[in-house]
This record gives sequence, C-alpha cells and structure tokens, in this order.
Amino acid sequence: MTFKKTSDILSSEITPEALYRHRREFLRNSAIAIAGAAAYTVLPQNISSVFAQDSKTWKPAHPSTFDTTEELTPYGDITSYNNFYEFGVDKDDPARNAGSLKTSPWTVAVAGHVNKPAVYHLDDIVKGKALEDRVYRHRCVEGWSMVIPWLGFPLSNLIDMVEPTSAAKYVAFETKFAPEEMPGQKSGVLQWPYVEGLRMDEALNPLTLLAVGLYGKPLPNQDGAPIRLVVPWKYGFKSIKSIVKISFVGDQPATSWNLANSNEYGFYSNVNPEVDHPRWSQSHERRIGEFFRRKTQMFNGYADQVASMYSGMDLRKNF
Amino acid sequence: MIFKNAVSYVKPLVFVASLFPVVLLIWNGLHGSLSANPISDITNETGIWTLRFVVITLSLTPLRRITRWHWLIKFRRMTGLFAFFYGTLHLTTYVWLDQFFDWQSIVHDISKRPFITVGLASFVLMIPLAATSTQKMIRRLGGGTWNVLHRLIYLTAAGGVIHYLWLVKVVTYRQLTYGGIVAVLLLFRILWKYRSRFTKSHLDKEEPIPA
Repeated sequence: MTFKKTSDILSSEITPEALYRHRREFLRNSAIAIAGAAAYTVLPQNISSVFAQDSKTWKPAHPSTFDTTEELTPYGDITSYNNFYEFGVDKDDPARNAGSLKTSPWTVAVAGHVNKPAVYHLDDIVKGKALEDRVYRHRCVEGWSMVIPWLGFPLSNLIDMVEPTSAAKYVAFETKFAPEEMPGQKSGVLQWPYVEGLRMDEALNPLTLLAVGLYGKPLPNQDGAPIRLVVPWKYGFKSIKSIVKISFVGDQPATSWNLANSNEYGFYSNVNPEVDHPRWSQSHERRIGEFFRRKTQMFNGYADQVASMYSGMDLRKNF
Repeated sequence: MIFKNAVSYVKPLVFVASLFPVVLLIWNGLHGSLSANPISDITNETGIWTLRFVVITLSLTPLRRITRWHWLIKFRRMTGLFAFFYGTLHLTTYVWLDQFFDWQSIVHDISKRPFITVGLASFVLMIPLAATSTQKMIRRLGGGTWNVLHRLIYLTAAGGVIHYLWLVKVVTYRQLTYGGIVAVLLLFRILWKYRSRFTKSHLDKEEPIPA
C-alpha cells in the first residue's frame, strides 16, 4: 500500500506565518492526512464519522488519480446554487427548503437482476468501502459548471457487492418520494419520483461515483444528501440525488428529463459541445466564479476515460 | 384640479420607485449578495423587469377605461421608457457581461436560437417607441400615426412572453402567468373596440332624471 504524500504537500504550501497562526489546524490536518494515508483499511464505520475541514484550506485527504487540478468551486457556491426541483425551481430554493428532508435513517433498496437484492441501510453500504475525494468537473445542461470535491466510492464497488446477473443491462436509480418533506414534489414541473439510469458499462466505469460527502463533510441536503450519483462526463441532471433505489434491469430505463421533454434531454446526455440543445448552444459554459465563458470540452474533459464506450455511436442521434 | 397637481408630485416618486430594481441589483452585486452566478442573475433580473414594465405600461389604458381615472395615462410614457431602459440593460448584459462582445457568437445566437431572435426583435420594436416618446414627436407624427406606431408594444409584449417561455428548461406557472396577463390585456383592447356590439346603446344613453 502506497502512502500518498499529503503531509509533504501540506507543509510545503503553508507559509511560516500561516503555520504559526493556524498551527492547531495544521497539526490536525497533518494528523488526519497521516491517518488518512493509512486509513484505506480503517474506514468510517458510518456516515457521521466523515470528518469536516474548512473549505478554504481544504486539501484532498484521499486524492484520486481522477482528480482535476483546476480551481475548486467554493463550498458556499456549491451549496447555495442548486437545481433540485424537489425543493423549488429557483437556484436558491434547495438551500432554503431542503432542511425538511429527513436523511436518517436512510435505506437504499437494491432490486432487479441481482443475486443479492436487499434493502440496505446506508451505513452498511458505506462500511468497508474505500472513500476517495474525487475532484470532478460538473457541467449543467443550462451552461454553467463547477469543480466539486466529492467524497465517495465507485459505483462499481456496490455493483460487485450485489452481483448482477447477465440479464442486467442497465442500472436504474430512483430518488426519495416524500412530498411532505420535499414540497416541490407537490408541483407537476417534473414527474416524481425523479428517476435516472445508466448503461451497465457506464455504471461500471471507474469515474462513476456514489457520493456521500463534499469537501470532506457529509453532503448537505441541497446537494443530494445522503447519497447521490456523480457521472462527471454527462450533464448534471444525470447525477441523481438522494437515492433510495437502485435496480438492475434489462431494458433502457426511463429518465425524468427525457420524460419531461424527449426532444431535448436524451438518455445519454453526454457533455458534447458539438451537439447543441435544441434551444441553446452547448459550445461554451460559464465556470462559476469566472467572468469569461469557457469552451466546453467533449465529455466534459473525460474523453480519455469514457470515449471508448461510445465509439461507433452517433452521438447526435444518441444525445 | 387637485388631481393635476397630485400627479406632478407622484410622478417623481414613481420614477424613483422604478429605479429601485436596478439600484437593488447594483447594491447586491457590490455586496456579494447575488448568487454564485451573478451574470445570470443580472440577466434574469433585468429581463423580468423589462417584461414587468411592458405589462404595467400595457395595463394603464385598460385600467383607465374601467376606472375612468384618466390621469393614469400621464404615467404611461414613464413606464414605457422604463421598459425600454430595462430592455437596454438586459441586452447590454447579454452582449457585454455574458458574451463579452464575442460578435461571432452573438450573431450565431441571434440566427440559431429562436428565443434570442424573438427577444432581440421585441427589443428592437421598442426603439422607435422610445424615440417618438416626446411631446415634440407626438406633434410631429400626429396623434393618429403615433397611436398606430405605438401599437408595436403589443408585439413586444407577446414577443417578451415567448422569449421567456422559450428560454426556461421547463415551463412553470410563472411564465404562464405573464402569458395570461398579456393575453388578457390584449384581449381587452379587442373587446373594447367592439364594445358597442356588446352593450347595445343603453350604457351610452343617459339615465332620464326622474320627474
């Protein structure tokens, strides 16, 4: 097992004065980093033991080879600018209204073509998984993007755990349905509960993440607590939040935005600057915090890891 | 008499009140109270206030006819010009803050994105209205021509609603409400024109004074 050099990174990047002023934090961070490096076999026994750090001085404790080195979007922005229509359609609605969501106790039902279908308690899903900080780009279909340090584990770990049969070609996901906790579900803006799906190879891709944290803290409600999907090469609405059910199915599953408007939101919804949304362009994006727009990258910059899954596919038809 | 003087006191208040949205926007911008995407906020705020002022302007004549408060018309030029003001801010935000004068991208947007085409058209239609808003211009054009020209506001209102409907991911009650209000305000004008057919003549006839 290799030790990540997190303690070296910390000491070289903190100036002496800052070191003195933040010595307690530095000691705490170093201790955590050293513990973290050895912690791959000593993992949080349950969700609440995920540690928290100040987002401005934050560094990944469990870095991953999939991390981008781009500047992180501040924690405040990630937790105040959200599309989570279960809590209202405005960007500030989820932060304001998601407090009513009960995230504990939480179960995830695994069903369909698997050898081990069951209703799993969330703690049992997380226990025994190597949590990683995955710093991913996140691109919304609306044309803005962020860089988000998720904390989670690859979906493929869960898939291995439940043993899908050969009949399973797709993985379908479902969000909690509880209009008394999620008042937006009383409106007909989308059909509820929110559903999403991936092809099996997409689900098994090393990038595909089940996230339980953000900046090393447990996910805030407005970001999809307590467990959500992150598929960074697709538009953000594919990264379904607050998951209660994962089904392994033979046919391509329904997805909420496709149900709302099949001309505009396809099953794949891979980030693709060459395929515009029918009503607006996808060639550029606004990185939150930046003034100038950026060119959008094919597969949100993850072509190396994902392009091979789509070779031979017409991505204009299969948008 | 009293009304005439009252209007001259109230007009400056309405003027100041109408500036409030942009003042608040600047205040929030400077104090970091806008969202994580401030350019989007500014675009949306200036846009919705353009539509609101168009709706307010469109509503003055129907309101006046129902209430017989003829002094309402005295505010119409001001609200109309504020619609143009916010429309200019909205367009400027798009060209400058959003696209940063990327003319190739802007031209592409206008030609390829119907919601932008319709939005720009709705704004362009307001230019001759703003240009002919002065007393001098009313005299120069003559009341008849001026009134016909200023019916362009109907197209701006309809275009503004369509622009709004076409840019949101999913249409909600919000867009439909503006659509409904504009539809009612336009419908009013049609019904008013043909009101004699509905009222026969008894509304225009004076009640005989009892002996």
